[in-house]
Amino acid sequence: MARVVVDVMLKPEILDPQGQAVVNALPRLGVSNVRSVRIGKRIEIDFAGDADLDRAKDIANRLLANPVIEDFALRVEADTTDAAGDAGEDAR
Amino acid sequence: MTARIGVVTFPGSLDDQDAARAIGLGGATPVALWHANADLYGVDAVILPGGFSYGDYLRCGAIARFSAVMESVAKAAGDGLPVLGICNGFQTLCEAHLLPGALTRNQNLHFRNRAQWLRVESTSTVWTSGLTQGQEILIPLKSGEGCYVADASTLDALEAEGRVVARYTRDNPNGSQRDIAAVRNEAGNVVGIMPHPEHAVEALTGPSTDGLGFFTSVVAHLGAVV
Repeated sequence: MARVVVDVMLKPEILDPQGQAVVNALPRLGVSNVRSVRIGKRIEIDFAGDADLDRAKDIANRLLANPVIEDFALRVEADTTDAAGDAGEDAR
Repeated sequence: MTARIGVVTFPGSLDDQDAARAIGLGGATPVALWHANADLYGVDAVILPGGFSYGDYLRCGAIARFSAVMESVAKAAGDGLPVLGICNGFQTLCEAHLLPGALTRNQNLHFRNRAQWLRVESTSTVWTSGLTQGQEILIPLKSGEGCYVADASTLDALEAEGRVVARYTRDNPNGSQRDIAAVRNEAGNVVGIMPHPEHAVEALTGPSTDGLGFFTSVVAHLGAVV
């Protein structure tokens, strides 16, 4: 599969209220050793032909991330067609 | 001849009708503009209204920025067309890089919906020329992603150039840096404001009529120009 994965994260200096809300909820799960949680977005772009990293970078720059508040990283993902099988059990 | 002011309707816009009504009360003729139509029909000014354009998917205003009408608005704004972005419209102007900074999730995660006090900081814009510097106004705020952020050098430049148009006063509802509620571009024809002046134009429905000044200001400006 010709997939490029883009991870978009708020810049470190930008407050992440969602992440803070998660941190604040963790004590209720009995978790006390987490200092920080940051929440971002994972975006999967499937190309019709070969994975076009340059085009994906252009999409990320212009649309997927706002450079004022966000950073992004992208990578071509290896074939993942058989990766879904065990996920359900692992999640438990 | 009365001035004609366009109001853009995006899929998910909510406040286009209120903006059109406020334009009428301010003494101009509202003109409906459509997101998928690049034609501005020769309007003398444009308002980008509040709402949730394109469902606020990805980021607020991120998709709206690439709509057909926004290409025309961006070009015309560069040529001096007065543009006011309210709430989602402010977010769209930031996404389109017509204004600096960005609007992010409210610091406390609360959707803020209330009448909010602002202090007018700049009357050097076509949208606030009829207001008074330092004047406190009460207009509705209703947003979940109204926290204004920019890097320190941008904020310093905005302050130094008098481009902070209004600040939250009495309290800061969303964590906006330096209490910023509204900013303008260098030329002063493009203004973005998070609270809603178009909801404060009639005593029956608003907490005040303080918002009317934004509309009468631009009408006075256009009258002087035309």
